[in-house]
Amino acid sequence: MSKIPLEKKVLNENDRIAAQLRARFAEHGILCLNFVSSPGAGKTTLLERTLEGFPPTERVAVLAGDIQTDNDARRLARFGFPVKQITTGGACHLDARMVERALAEWRLDELDLLFIENVGNLVCPAGYDLGEAAKVVILSVTEGDDKPLKYPAIFFRAELLVVSKTDLLPHVPFNVASARESALRVHPGMEILELSSLTAVGLEGWRRWLEERRRAVRAATPAPANPGRTESG
Amino acid sequence: MHELSIANSILEAARAEALRRPGARLLKVGVRVGELSGVQPDALSFSFEALVRGSDLEPLALEIEACPRRQRCPECGREFEVHDFDITCPGCGEERTRCISGDELDLAYIEIEES
Repeated sequence: MSKIPLEKKVLNENDRIAAQLRARFAEHGILCLNFVSSPGAGKTTLLERTLEGFPPTERVAVLAGDIQTDNDARRLARFGFPVKQITTGGACHLDARMVERALAEWRLDELDLLFIENVGNLVCPAGYDLGEAAKVVILSVTEGDDKPLKYPAIFFRAELLVVSKTDLLPHVPFNVASARESALRVHPGMEILELSSLTAVGLEGWRRWLEERRRAVRAATPAPANPGRTESG
Repeated sequence: MHELSIANSILEAARAEALRRPGARLLKVGVRVGELSGVQPDALSFSFEALVRGSDLEPLALEIEACPRRQRCPECGREFEVHDFDITCPGCGEERTRCISGDELDLAYIEIEES
């Protein structure tokens, strides 16, 4: 009998595809964000408000993950930007291969911004890298403010916490200060925004955050090659 | 309940490793599961057993090493285990310490019997 050390990632194959996606996004100067939350925390509504604020020339697209139905994709397609639904047929999260397949029909050189709306679930999506620049976790005020401590994996991995539905704060026991404190215990230095997609209070902060991230991607992307010249590599 | 797909990934990886050693029989797979990995060790064991039962890999065993979160202090260099999310350095009191492990989901080893 022999014991053979392996020292490999269990999700090696997912991570390999995610790394390829990340390299392609970087090459095309695309900012890719992966939205994760419990079902009903307001991922689709925040995306609706975000798309609504863009001019028709904006080079943005959305991949929406759900177990069944294309309801979210239909809601998001109203704004005229490319939207594709990924139905996982039962799986509780998106993986990198689903994203790779969904992107196959799109030209990445026509995009600057890609939102991935993950399946509503605070647990499973945490472990699957989709090649995104950042995960954004959304926590609505109708949930418990201790969720960061109960589901630390996603709060540890997400760069931004969006506290959503703040218009309901007068009616619910949610304590924003304790939610912030819990999130920062799990993930010191985590960025936190509060907003209401319904009343638009706080949306400016979200747009500013998004613009800053997009600026950073633009600064890191080499200028596109002169179309008159052919380049190798 | 993504532990089922995680268990499946573990089995596929173990099978691939075993195939590289013709004639070898897989006895055990060892994995390391960090507390920040989002994977529940009990659910993972349950899923793994369900997948192995009745398959050609039976009676393959799974050993899970649960890994706590560990931080390193940038001031005094101390490395320590985190309890109850308290990441303050127990040596010098520095609050801004850096996470060095606890989010792993690694295939650590396989045990095989060579014929």
